[in-house]
Amino acid sequence: MSTIKKLAVVSTALGLLAATSTGALAQKKYDPGASDTEIKIGNIMPYSGPASAYGVIGKTEEAYFKKVNAEGGINGRKINFISYDDGYSPPKTVEQARKLVESDEALIVFNPLGTPPNTAIQKYLNSKKVPQLFVATGATKWNDPKNFPWTMGWQPNYQSETIIYAKYILQNFPNAKIGVLYQNDDYGKDYLKGFKDGLGAKAASMIVLEESYEVSEPTIDSHIVKLKSTGADVFINITTPKFAAQAIKKNAEIGWKPTHFLNNVSASIGAVMKPAGFEASQGIISSAYLKDTSDPQWKDDAGMKAFDEFLTKYYPEGNRIDGSVMFGYTVAQGLVHVLKACGDDLTRENVMKQAANIKGLELGGLLPGIKVNTSPTDFAPISQVQLQKFKGEAWELFGEILSGDVGG
Amino acid sequence: MSAAEEVVTEAPAIEAVPKRAMTLGLGTSLVVLAALAIAPLFVKNFIIFQMTMLLIYALAVLALNILTGGSGQFSLGQSAFYAVGAYTSAILMEHFGMNYALTLPIAGVICFAFGFVFGQPALRLSGVYLALATFALAVAMPQLLKLGFFEHWTGGVQGLVVTKPDAPFGLPMSQDMWLYYFTLVIAIGIYIASINLLRSRSGRAFMAIRDNEIAASAMGVDVALYKTLAFGVSAGITGVAGGLGAIAVQFVAPDGYTITLAISLFLGMVVGGVGWLPGSIVGSAFIIFVPNIAEGISKGLSGAVFGVLLFLVIFLVPHGARQVAMVAQQMLGKLKKN
Repeated sequence: MSTIKKLAVVSTALGLLAATSTGALAQKKYDPGASDTEIKIGNIMPYSGPASAYGVIGKTEEAYFKKVNAEGGINGRKINFISYDDGYSPPKTVEQARKLVESDEALIVFNPLGTPPNTAIQKYLNSKKVPQLFVATGATKWNDPKNFPWTMGWQPNYQSETIIYAKYILQNFPNAKIGVLYQNDDYGKDYLKGFKDGLGAKAASMIVLEESYEVSEPTIDSHIVKLKSTGADVFINITTPKFAAQAIKKNAEIGWKPTHFLNNVSASIGAVMKPAGFEASQGIISSAYLKDTSDPQWKDDAGMKAFDEFLTKYYPEGNRIDGSVMFGYTVAQGLVHVLKACGDDLTRENVMKQAANIKGLELGGLLPGIKVNTSPTDFAPISQVQLQKFKGEAWELFGEILSGDVGG
Repeated sequence: MSAAEEVVTEAPAIEAVPKRAMTLGLGTSLVVLAALAIAPLFVKNFIIFQMTMLLIYALAVLALNILTGGSGQFSLGQSAFYAVGAYTSAILMEHFGMNYALTLPIAGVICFAFGFVFGQPALRLSGVYLALATFALAVAMPQLLKLGFFEHWTGGVQGLVVTKPDAPFGLPMSQDMWLYYFTLVIAIGIYIASINLLRSRSGRAFMAIRDNEIAASAMGVDVALYKTLAFGVSAGITGVAGGLGAIAVQFVAPDGYTITLAISLFLGMVVGGVGWLPGSIVGSAFIIFVPNIAEGISKGLSGAVFGVLLFLVIFLVPHGARQVAMVAQQMLGKLKKN
């Protein structure tokens, strides 16, 4: 039995003991950070440094909790959202996480961003039994309830997404020659691993070139030319928005027309397709779980209308077409759902229990049919995506809702 | 123009600091030491952790101070040495199960060697050129750590998680408090050794090179040896600090050792006072706490607020904490006379 497991057992036992001894006195139960009037939610974001573009997520969440508080809070309690800057530097993340837990005494650490920063605090938060809830990273390892019962992911993980592409390719292009371009870091490698796992034994024969680039390179044109020269007819594009736009443009320039799969990270119309040019973007295949705010097909959608109302009233400075705004909005709704489900039992243990017991939750920002689901053995809340093809000036969804659950 | 002329006409990069002015008086030292030793008994674990980080960064700033304040060479590459130290400790602890305390001297020795070797090109470069060469080292380091070739040992981009040591001999103190006192003892040891080094023959050679390289070599100082030696010593101390940092933070990853860290350390040295060793701790406090204060003032503009605060410090007290300390000393002296 691992130490963590032992701890978990002991804590459950203590929890039961506490429940039986105080149950008769009062229904309300609180851990540090919760009281009759407020719930303290800690958060860590890169407001400065190389990943500061994602800081928008924290700002959106703050605005959303302002809305929740203005509408009466959660079961009468106001959310006190404490968000710190770590500059995407793991040592700073540790300092901020400790500050949240030991000095501010937050109930949970919610949606900290980035794989290295979250890895840095995972062991600490689990040993302190503080929920590290809905982390903002797509790495696959967050779905590991056995070893890390206090850590839970949120978005579909990278591996499951490329597994879905791989399955689609095996079905529709069994004789494809595949060229892969990926960013040389954890995100790119995670995607690549999923893709190879998805192809299985055929990976070695189908993939003709795995080309990587560094995030510090100014342009990836030379990599595209190299990929074209291999004669690949399927292109797996695992790049972040700036590079994705470059790749689409360069493809059109040199007349390379493979079947183009673009990862969800860069499937933004406003940030990628538009700058790259709609003409060059036709026929690109990607996947999605969130509604694209710049897609006209959601104009009259109820969820999108609520989102716009929230933006005008509580976050007017937010950039509507920035995908991070929709992300922050949706994950904040997810947290509110969990906290509401906790009722008057606002202990850290109950927060994890309720978070691991979400059944078929539909949120306004998610694509129709995609639901949030968790269980004590499944810590991957959103694991469904739908394939989409770029047509005209918008994504056209096709096929069924697909699931690619992968454990950590 | 010959190389010799170039050196002569170049304005001295560092203002000469007399060696007595490099340290604190005995009384003041003891008061500071007592404060550092007693404070953790009264504060939360989180504050103790911050104080540990304060000492660790102070060591790294001190190392840079020996290099720049002592021998007059610039370095923007300290984050690379810090990273090598951190990874050495982390790898020895996690892959070889070595005791944390034993990994520190090894980290120090490896970094000393690394710094000594890197000091060779430094012989041909000076001033801003040397700063740029070390800058290249700092920029390259995070990517080198991600290389697939080392990934088995370094954990690649995922980094390595390090186990935090418990207090030994069943001492009744928390892990944080133990680690603080452990760091404090090492920091004091290195501080005393550094002061002795600068007062020794080698230290005088460093300073002679800093003040005038040609005069120093005319006096018989082996300029090449002492310049590289200064790099080695500085890198070695930074390596020990890096190792301690890895143990305190319990995690190493390439993103923790970017050029930002090197610039922070440089900043800490300037704010603490170039060439004034006790200033290292003040500089360290500046780089740890001032960003937090800036964030408290404005989240969106934390960088700008930090810039304004830094500007104020540089503008009002260009010689950093050393200047403040000297003014305070003069005022105390006047009070005593009255």
